[in-house]
Amino acid sequence: MVEVHLWSGLRARAGGRESIEVEAETVGEMLDALVEACPELEEIIDGGVSVAVDGRVIASTRTEPVKPNSEVYLMQRIKGG
Amino acid sequence: MALDEYKPQTGKAMLEGEGRSFKQVGTSPDRPDGVDKVTGRARFGADVTAPGMLHAAIVRSPHAHARILKIDTSAAEALDGVKAVVTRADFATGLTGEMWNILENVMADKTALYDGHAVAAVAATSALIARDAAKLVKVEYEVLPHVTDVDAAMATGAPVIREGAADASVPPGLHPNVVRYHESGRGDVEAGFAEADLVIEDHFRTEATHQGYIEPHACLAQMGGDGKGELWCCTQGHWNVQKICAALLGTEQSALRVTASEIGGGFGGKTTVFIEPVALALSRKTSRPVKLVMSRSEVFRATGPTASTSMDVKVGMKKDGTITAMQGTFRLQGGAFPGAPADMTAMCAFAPYNVANLKQVGYDVMSNRPKQAAYRAPGSPMAAFATESVIDELCNQLGLDPIEVRLKNASREGTRASYGPKFQRIGLVETLEAAKAHPHYSAPLKPGQGRGVSCGFWFNFGGETSVSLALSEDGSAQLMVGTPDIGGSRASMALMAAEELGIPYENVRVTIADTASLGYNEVSHGSRVTYASGLATIQAARDAVRKLCGRAAAKWGIPEDAVKWENGCAVPSGPNAGDFDPLPIAEITASMGATGGPIVGHFEATPEGAGVSFATHIVDAEVDPETGKTAVVRYTVVQDAGKAIHPTYVEGQFQGGAAQGIGWALNEEYIYGEDGRLQNAVFLDYRIPVASDLPMIDTVIVEVPNPGHPYGVRGVGETSICPPLAAIANAVSAAAGVRLHELPMSPPRILEALERQRGG
Repeated sequence: MVEVHLWSGLRARAGGRESIEVEAETVGEMLDALVEACPELEEIIDGGVSVAVDGRVIASTRTEPVKPNSEVYLMQRIKGG
Repeated sequence: MALDEYKPQTGKAMLEGEGRSFKQVGTSPDRPDGVDKVTGRARFGADVTAPGMLHAAIVRSPHAHARILKIDTSAAEALDGVKAVVTRADFATGLTGEMWNILENVMADKTALYDGHAVAAVAATSALIARDAAKLVKVEYEVLPHVTDVDAAMATGAPVIREGAADASVPPGLHPNVVRYHESGRGDVEAGFAEADLVIEDHFRTEATHQGYIEPHACLAQMGGDGKGELWCCTQGHWNVQKICAALLGTEQSALRVTASEIGGGFGGKTTVFIEPVALALSRKTSRPVKLVMSRSEVFRATGPTASTSMDVKVGMKKDGTITAMQGTFRLQGGAFPGAPADMTAMCAFAPYNVANLKQVGYDVMSNRPKQAAYRAPGSPMAAFATESVIDELCNQLGLDPIEVRLKNASREGTRASYGPKFQRIGLVETLEAAKAHPHYSAPLKPGQGRGVSCGFWFNFGGETSVSLALSEDGSAQLMVGTPDIGGSRASMALMAAEELGIPYENVRVTIADTASLGYNEVSHGSRVTYASGLATIQAARDAVRKLCGRAAAKWGIPEDAVKWENGCAVPSGPNAGDFDPLPIAEITASMGATGGPIVGHFEATPEGAGVSFATHIVDAEVDPETGKTAVVRYTVVQDAGKAIHPTYVEGQFQGGAAQGIGWALNEEYIYGEDGRLQNAVFLDYRIPVASDLPMIDTVIVEVPNPGHPYGVRGVGETSICPPLAAIANAVSAAAGVRLHELPMSPPRILEALERQRGG
């Protein structure tokens, strides 16, 4: 299981939970599993999010691997100028 | 080469680029485009013409908010020389989401949402006739109430820009102009403030500024009735232009070939489109090439300035300098569309500090202003202005050294970032140590002068990247990249390719390929080019080297893995491989047609290892108490570049960020009248710094390698604009003897603060 930490603005949608555990081996699987576990997150995830896996910010690639002991944080979509 | 062949490095082991002795990387040769630019040979957006070309002009709303009742184009169309007029009816229908927003911004439909909003456009045989014809387009408006200030736009009773624009993040009960909401944090901020010996909370405001690129937007479009077209334009990302224009015109992406011209500055402002779909629509209607060039006034009124802000920041500190809690509310006005980077502002605000108790809230607010666009580290400079001003005030009142306090609380490798995850290897402490050791920090100040310091943070970015490196028969190389060169990146790419191939820098020609020549490339933004296109260049060169080694192995009759590449030659990898003389690249490429065909290296992937970056700036400012005029008398930038590929251009990025920051801090601002119209839409009234306003900006390049790049590169283009607003505000506040809370710190605003302090 991968523990996915949510930013605090999402917790109201996740029943107050600070994190959600899901089965996933990639970022894409993790995002899909999050939506399945908590459909209230779908609009936010579909709107665009980034993910930090062990401190490395994954801006958009769904195929990046996630390990069971990885530290995973959901983040707002990173963009630049 | 696929991404899975490239593994970003992690952990504390020595990185690939660390300790490596480079032969070319780290030198500063002349830029390959330099001669073209100084001789006038370089072709910018407005420099291209075509036979039978028409000129276009855009009709713009004179109202901040108005319903469009009727557009009568008959008088314009009757003018001699006019070939076509387009309105919203000439663009695609049925768009949703951001594509709809962009189309609505490019050409208004039922409502003009800001002063300068496009409502129609004309193509004629000369620019003069087009401008005259634009005046003949009669638009009947019903003027609506407007709002241009961020706090006013959120207040009860404010005119609603567009009902239903808010996304799912916005809690119930907020004004419909609040379209996105961000909240993050950890710990217990109230408990943290209770632990503090001193808590300061302050309110800050910044005005919208423009990127101020010297080259106005310009394009030449050619599109036939069959939907196929060509577009030449100045842009930071021509694949993005292709994607947007195809959607707005209702054609397929591959039907439109886009070529990026040389670019006279972008800084984020050329990451989207404003005029290109209009020129294409006019060309489609006339079956003739159409050129469209914005005036400076149009650039100010109708492209994408920064968001303006209203911010509240509260910080608690112990007497020893330990920060116990930080809290911020950041309200960003981003014009008449969603997109102000309130989330980025919130996430960057406290990132330099290791603090247990944090809360950051961001509001993206719509108003009757042009749709904001990115400007170097969008959202971060404003956050730093508020946060670093409060930290400075705490240091003043507690009698603490500002750099020591920042060092005491600085984020390090393993620190949990304010936005959640733990930092990988970062260089904030190294920038602070270098700033503390710099002679500037201990230099005496003259009467009337003040010194300010500030840290700044930016994420940086990777993005889709595609590169091709073709070897010529003489052993030189032609590198095609898809990221427009907005900061000297062709030189950096050539250095990295030359380093890997072992050939002279001058033997690598770098071309910015058009959209038909490479796979999709993300826009040149997010400080990504030297990182992502650089990584791709290295991998493409290594791909070519593998093929070169293969040709040598075949010639020598030994296995491919028994050949390695050294100093531009294939050589046996060890004594057991055989005894062969080094085979130079030119000898291999001279016969490549007969030994397997052309040798080309590729790399296509989305690199996701862009390392975050920090900077520390030191500023000395002098304030004239009689006039309120500020002079920046000394400026030092210290920033972590990871690895400086071309140190002179890295320094240029550092200095450019500081120079733009000086303008943003001291003079630049969008000024709106009570009628909602922009009052200062020319450079005479919108004052960017000129050379005589600036001191020599000293630079220190810190190199803490990024584990996500083969040489350790971190982007440098954006972080340099994060600290200046705060560093200058801290210096000005020290010099004036009164805290400045609002940007720009123009002479009237400083005089007002001095007057307030005197009790006036």
